[in-house]
Amino acid sequence: MYKILKREDLTPEIHLFEIDAPDVAKKAQAGQFVVIRVDEKGERIPLTIADWNREKGTVTVVFMEVGKTTRKLATVQADESIATFAGPLGLPTHIEKFGTVVCVAGGFAIATIVPIAREMRKAGNKVISIMGFRTKDLVFWEDRLRSVSDELIVTTDDGSYGRKGVVTVPLKELLEGAEKVDLVVAIGPTVMMKFSSLTTQPFGVKTIVSLNPIMVDGTGMCGVCRVSVGDITRFTCVDGPDFDGHKVNWDELMARQRIYLDEEKKSLELWQHSCGRR
Amino acid sequence: MAKLDLNRVPMPKQTAKARVKNFNEVALGYTDEDALAEASRCIQCKKRGCTEGCPVEVDIPEFIAAIRDGDMPEAVRILKSKNALPGICGRVCPQETQCEEVCSLGKKGAPIAIGRLERYVADWELKNQPGSKPEIAPATGKKVAVVGSGPAGLTVAADLAKLGHSVTIFEALHIAGGVLMYGIPEFRMPKDIVQVEVDYVKSLGVELKLDAVIGKISTVDEILEQGFDAVFLGTGAGLPMFLNIPGENYNGIYSANEFLTRTNLMKAYLFPEYDTPIKIGKRVAVIGGGNVAMDAARCSLRLGFEEVYIVYRRSREEMPARLEEVENAEEEGVIFKLLTNPVRFIGDENGWVTAMECIEMELGEPDESGRRRPVPKEGSEFTMDVDVVVVALGTTPNPLVPTTTKGLDTTKKGTVIAEEETGKTTKPGVWAGGDVVTGAATVISAMGAGKRAVASIDAYLRGK
Repeated sequence: MYKILKREDLTPEIHLFEIDAPDVAKKAQAGQFVVIRVDEKGERIPLTIADWNREKGTVTVVFMEVGKTTRKLATVQADESIATFAGPLGLPTHIEKFGTVVCVAGGFAIATIVPIAREMRKAGNKVISIMGFRTKDLVFWEDRLRSVSDELIVTTDDGSYGRKGVVTVPLKELLEGAEKVDLVVAIGPTVMMKFSSLTTQPFGVKTIVSLNPIMVDGTGMCGVCRVSVGDITRFTCVDGPDFDGHKVNWDELMARQRIYLDEEKKSLELWQHSCGRR
Repeated sequence: MAKLDLNRVPMPKQTAKARVKNFNEVALGYTDEDALAEASRCIQCKKRGCTEGCPVEVDIPEFIAAIRDGDMPEAVRILKSKNALPGICGRVCPQETQCEEVCSLGKKGAPIAIGRLERYVADWELKNQPGSKPEIAPATGKKVAVVGSGPAGLTVAADLAKLGHSVTIFEALHIAGGVLMYGIPEFRMPKDIVQVEVDYVKSLGVELKLDAVIGKISTVDEILEQGFDAVFLGTGAGLPMFLNIPGENYNGIYSANEFLTRTNLMKAYLFPEYDTPIKIGKRVAVIGGGNVAMDAARCSLRLGFEEVYIVYRRSREEMPARLEEVENAEEEGVIFKLLTNPVRFIGDENGWVTAMECIEMELGEPDESGRRRPVPKEGSEFTMDVDVVVVALGTTPNPLVPTTTKGLDTTKKGTVIAEEETGKTTKPGVWAGGDVVTGAATVISAMGAGKRAVASIDAYLRGK
């Protein structure tokens, strides 16, 4: 069992858990993920690592309530425990001095991009970050991302905070600007990563995305997370989660993310009904 | 002396009609009377071919004599002195090609049902003296890390612990047992029985660390630096092979590993009580002819598929699955499409598989495996409608440990190179055994490899 040492509700539906997991904390690197299971009857789902503290032996994850598992996870309070916390899985994000790196994040993936931006900057890069949300109430970690970036642009879809619009608009402006962009890292909902990749492609700027397909074991055993990158089938859990966004078959990925839509809906409804939740 | 009885006592089974509706164990096990009658057929010959035929050299005539004499505690002692996992082996060993194949009675009639008797002894122990323990040698102060808690790892851990060594098992998943938990279905290998045998191994003083992915939380070198004197790799063959034909990433196409892991380890057959779902459609095609293919097909029936096909490119004779499993599958209503090979998958606009284009095959000259090579019949293409496909072509070792371990040599196929007699790898202090060395094989051969490694590791530790 893995104890939640600290819980923070970043928005009503986005939560942060700091978890006691010394083995994972010892080796965690930016871009890696863990596989968790809430309880004995729970499914295994991947969550990206948002932070770690090797001395304290803790790992921080940030997740958004979407289906039954994330909603059930959101009912776990500080000092309570979850059944499984395995990692760090996947390959770390490749960090080196590229020059100018634009880090683009959408929604709760802000938590994933913060350690990447931090490491990129430590490696000597100039880091320009773009963070996008649906609306002002959902904005979190602006200070954290600002503290590891040379510049920060905030957008909201409805214009209630920062610039109005989606992240690809300022991304395109940066690419068209005078300053040469050497690398783009885009992390967020699949559709946001797809359009970020489509935005950068005409400029020929290498774009790294962090994919989030369905997973079970997270160690290369089952192959449910397979994704076409170029002409090759790769397993996101062991070959990724980072891939070249210009080569990912986005439509296939989005179809595969919907495999269990019907079952997930049924599962969520039953659960909400049985415990009288929203 | 009584007349030679050439017929074995049949094993009570759930009927095919009843069992396809549930995941309960198919074979129900011998009653006391059954076991006594079967044990009494053994002529206690001096040849002991059975013991030689057993990869872990169980003293078979002796434990059968103990059953016959009604001394069950003695039968347990004899069996467990060589085999820490009798409840597992009694169920999933291919006895017909090992101990039973060389039974003296086999020349004239049916060999003794050694596997069934082994299971009977294990089940008796569980019911009548649960938690009994053998003697453990005085502590040696030596520490061994075992990577993987499948059949090889559990055997190595149990035997080294009995010899007085301090053993820690590192398991990547959230429960111990490896393929016994994620692969082999409940109706062939009840998960409670696996956990009883895991608990037995723990009762010998073995420490079990779950969710511990070696290659990620520590490398093998780091384990050695952390004060372990030796490492045994029993990481299995966990990487699924695909067909590499067009359309293989359509929704509804599973690797057998995924299909079985969802069903067995994650208990998708109990969805939505358990959270992990599995797609249940009308027509499923399982590609392959091995035991894993039979397991996937038989799971499909129980999950509620209406038509279940095994699609295999060679003929029945070349099928690698155990005859018993093929017969069970057939009895339950699995339809065999032999000499048939998929060419491509066809999907709908939402990315779901709807059909599979196949080609008929015929058998040509024998290939390197000694089996006749299947050759496509030109112009014989046809399509079959399917909504789920399970690819059961086999597995290769997971590269996570080999690629993070300096000095550990592997073959082109990705298997770890180890001496057959000792399990010694090319890296000092590191042994390996089971599927990670041989590629996908049987539970008992992994246990046999574990036994041989134990002797070598023990000698190494005592000389250190």
